[in-house]
Amino acid sequence: MSSSNNAQVGSFPVKRGLAEMLKGGVIMDVVTPGQAKIAEDAGACAVMALERVPADIRRDGGVARMSDPDMIEGIKAAVTIPVMAKARIGHFVEAQILQALGVDFIDESEVLTPADEAHHIDKYKFTTPFVCGATNLGEALRRISEGAALIRSKGEAGTGNIVEAVRHLRSILGDIKKIGSADSAELFEWAKRLQAPLSLVQEIAETGKLPVPLFCAGGLATPADAALAMQLGAECVFVGSGIFKSDNPGPRAKAIVEATTHYMDAKILAKVSAGLGAPMTGIGMDEINQRYADRGW
Amino acid sequence: MNPRVLVGVLALQGAFDAHVQRLTDLGLESRLVKNTSDLVDLDGIILPGGESTTMSNLLVASDLGVELSKRLHDGLPVFGTCAGMIMMARTIHDGRPDQISLDVMDIQVRRNGYGRQNDSFEQDITITSLDSPFHALFIRAPVIESIGNDVEVLASIDERPVLVRQAYALASSFHPELVTDLRVHEIFLSIIHESLTTSKR
Repeated sequence: MSSSNNAQVGSFPVKRGLAEMLKGGVIMDVVTPGQAKIAEDAGACAVMALERVPADIRRDGGVARMSDPDMIEGIKAAVTIPVMAKARIGHFVEAQILQALGVDFIDESEVLTPADEAHHIDKYKFTTPFVCGATNLGEALRRISEGAALIRSKGEAGTGNIVEAVRHLRSILGDIKKIGSADSAELFEWAKRLQAPLSLVQEIAETGKLPVPLFCAGGLATPADAALAMQLGAECVFVGSGIFKSDNPGPRAKAIVEATTHYMDAKILAKVSAGLGAPMTGIGMDEINQRYADRGW
Repeated sequence: MNPRVLVGVLALQGAFDAHVQRLTDLGLESRLVKNTSDLVDLDGIILPGGESTTMSNLLVASDLGVELSKRLHDGLPVFGTCAGMIMMARTIHDGRPDQISLDVMDIQVRRNGYGRQNDSFEQDITITSLDSPFHALFIRAPVIESIGNDVEVLASIDERPVLVRQAYALASSFHPELVTDLRVHEIFLSIIHESLTTSKR
């Protein structure tokens, strides 16, 4: 007979398993239990609990930190889907607190003000899985080597502008393709150039994909943006300011969920894109003075 | 190779790719199911893990929910893992009030009954028809709280069923698609063959 004696929690396959379950879905930023309900009603596969959406962090300036535990507890109580929360880059104590709160995923996020300019969190020390941002393949593999169970392209959060997310996705997936056609000697050079462990580069050469799922984040605002990310090769999308900074969050959220499922079907995309009201205004890259994507090493 | 068998995988949200990979490993043809037209000519269908509330929403957003339910009640073999099992259950506890149940298996399940992600686990389980343990991953897994008389238990942990069968329906609270061991998918394949043999008579 089986017994629970040999059960193992917090292993890498168990962490990566939750990332697999989120695929094909939409993870939405929410700042109140009410918003979390709207997100769940619309079909979000998870919510990201935070105090301010990136667009407001950008506007307010100052230091952005982990959210108040009361606020995270409130959101956990409001919904039945997984709840994620953000810790500052390198701030392993914020991560310890989030784990103690029982969140389902920790985002070591460049949207918050970094706590350490050289080190990311040793994510193997935690039971809770981590997601980390990346702008290129080297950064993605360094985060995976530290124990990240999920990678998201960083994009540029809080802008409503998808151009950076597209750049980062194309860079990561483009290099994966190139490694797929490299010979074994060239893999050493790839590892050096990417500043990434050789074993992970060799694994990519063999499998043709990242060792963990690749999601897209940063600047998505419309159903078409979500479908673009999916057609480019993302496996799930994060939508931050794009939903609750728009005129009509509920219908927009639902439309983005449908667009992510039916990303290859332009007729459905046309249908769900209609009559949503104004999206968030958004800003151009030349108008911003702080690029969050530059944070992280 | 089993060239004549075509298995659909519901692809609204969740870990459908991993199931496709396992079916490919078995030498089977598979098809992603997103719309009603994708249901044509299927010999069986897999309902994957993911978020059952998300999938439920997307099922009712089109005719797919109604058509799928019709096919399942006509006896199309079905295998649900985790969220997929929740959707098959007659009674869902801790779900959303508007969550749909396809009601193809006489079981009562509790969503996230094994807890949140920090309680997710992996362990070896004993499956009745297999001669060695199967390594099973449980991710925010649902608990099967009770089963009807026509439901057969194929594996349990601490007396709680984790793999069950009723007629041509198979359901697990764990994720056989996340390991390379194909034996649970083979059980589903044998159910499909059974149904094909019966319907030809």
